[in-house]
Amino acid sequence: MTARLPLAPARTGDSTMRPVGRRSVVLLWIAENALRIVLAAIFLAPIAFVLLTSFMSSSQTLTASLWPHPWDFGNYQRAFQQVPLARWFANSLMYAGLATLFMLVSSVPAAYVLAKIRLRFANLIFLAIVVAMLLPPQVTIVPLYIMWAKLGLNGTLWPLILPNLLGDAFSIFLLRQFFLTIPTEYLDAARIDGNGDFGVLARVVVPMAKPGVAAAAIFSFFHAWNDYFGPLVYASENAQNWPVAYGLAMFRGSHGTDWGTTMAVTMLVAAPIVVVFFFAQRTFVEGITLTGVKG
Amino acid sequence: MLTPALAGLAIFFVYPLVANVYYSFTRYNLLQAPEWIGFRNYTYLFTKDPKVVAAARNTLWLVVILVPVRIVTAMAMAGLLTRAKRAAGFWRTVFYLPALIPPVASIVAFVFLFNPGTGPVNAVLKLVGIKGPLWFNDPALAKPSLVLLGVWVMGDIMIIFLASLLDVPQEQHEAAALDGANAAQRIRYVTLPHLRPVLLFAIVIGVIDTLQYFTEAAVASSVASGRSGVSVQLNQVLGYPRDSLLTYTEWLYVRGFSNFQLGYAASLAVVLFVVTGVFLALLLRRFGAFSPDGRV
Repeated sequence: MTARLPLAPARTGDSTMRPVGRRSVVLLWIAENALRIVLAAIFLAPIAFVLLTSFMSSSQTLTASLWPHPWDFGNYQRAFQQVPLARWFANSLMYAGLATLFMLVSSVPAAYVLAKIRLRFANLIFLAIVVAMLLPPQVTIVPLYIMWAKLGLNGTLWPLILPNLLGDAFSIFLLRQFFLTIPTEYLDAARIDGNGDFGVLARVVVPMAKPGVAAAAIFSFFHAWNDYFGPLVYASENAQNWPVAYGLAMFRGSHGTDWGTTMAVTMLVAAPIVVVFFFAQRTFVEGITLTGVKG
Repeated sequence: MLTPALAGLAIFFVYPLVANVYYSFTRYNLLQAPEWIGFRNYTYLFTKDPKVVAAARNTLWLVVILVPVRIVTAMAMAGLLTRAKRAAGFWRTVFYLPALIPPVASIVAFVFLFNPGTGPVNAVLKLVGIKGPLWFNDPALAKPSLVLLGVWVMGDIMIIFLASLLDVPQEQHEAAALDGANAAQRIRYVTLPHLRPVLLFAIVIGVIDTLQYFTEAAVASSVASGRSGVSVQLNQVLGYPRDSLLTYTEWLYVRGFSNFQLGYAASLAVVLFVVTGVFLALLLRRFGAFSPDGRV
């Protein structure tokens, strides 16, 4: 941020043209920071309330009190007993993990070709990828559902995992944007050294675009972890195959809505995403600003 | 190297787009073979369907209210954050954090926070002597409650504005200040023109996203109705309260995947495709940046 501070001459010019009193600068500074602090408190309050409620007994959640007394750490355990939560987490890990792995295997080479190799119809292919990425999934869901029904895979998560083997439009788009930033001279040099396309990709492109590949992997993982519509259409009839985000939407205590255990599950669903984000924050933000689209 | 991706586009995108148009002219329930019925799905859609108008109206409401509210808030927050000289990363993380939370988790949390009886929001309102409303249980307030959620998760748009604001050349601000422009004039004549492409992008992407609004509305209805649960069919609760949250894509889901009227659902999908297509064309025309040589 320091690089963006005004240069010294401009600053003197500023103060001669528009004399701003020291006191009003201080007041403005205080006002802006006060506003930021109040807004931050409002933005963080929902998370705090969810966390606090996850430590309340079910009878206490039916009162208006906001602070747990006594602290009840049993909700997290009870949630695992009321629904097959461990199984749902395993399903989410399988869905998100395999989808991401398959996406990388198929989309990295495709993005490389689109970014760095001249080919006929490149414009048309790229246009199709952008349109496929932006169109609502509901536009193609009917024929896809019929297709997977004929293959006998409805009731499982495979209709959501397998297509990644043949490339994912958003990932190809994101990866291509990163690959475009690699100077072509490096690729030419690698070719002169005797590398084929796969060699160039493995030895030059991927190592140089590591943040891009990481961003694509994170987006793909988050997309699958957060997915609700896909599991609803393909797996809703079979609770054994639910991912945990879908299970949370269906979650309910054994006797009506139990906010304590529900908030515990809510925390558990969000936690892995937040943890990954804190470890990969820069990569993630770069991915968003480069494409303008969130997975 | 491109072959798998081309096959993927053909199988999972081009084929279903074309097949969807075919199915939209049929009656099909997966059990019997599709039966060609001409335009009857469309006539029914535009003249007889009892809920499609309400569903389309709800989605339109969200497009007209939710999209601008989110964008204006995100812009204001980005403006406030660019002026933070210290701990910029900290502030950015705080305001981005809600956008990161899985949508199902954040909407379940919101239905809890705003639940009329014991929710923290109404508890706090009571402390200051206000009787809290019914929020997600009131047909008039359910959609506005979703807007509050949308504002809470505006971080995804804020990040894009933030990146763009930090790109505004400082020299232009200084030149404007030298010419005697005050802060408001500098925002109007320096900052906003710079933001224009990003703003347009955010609007069109926001509209396309909101036309397919599904998850938050479906989960809000299901949890707020108190009838979520492993054994409850979603189509019994979608739209709660009183169809105020029934969106267009939810209606498509009910007809196609609860009632197994797949041909009819296909015709609803064709209409969605046409409407989205208009905005998509707008985006692609406006942003040469989406072309192969450009960058967004």
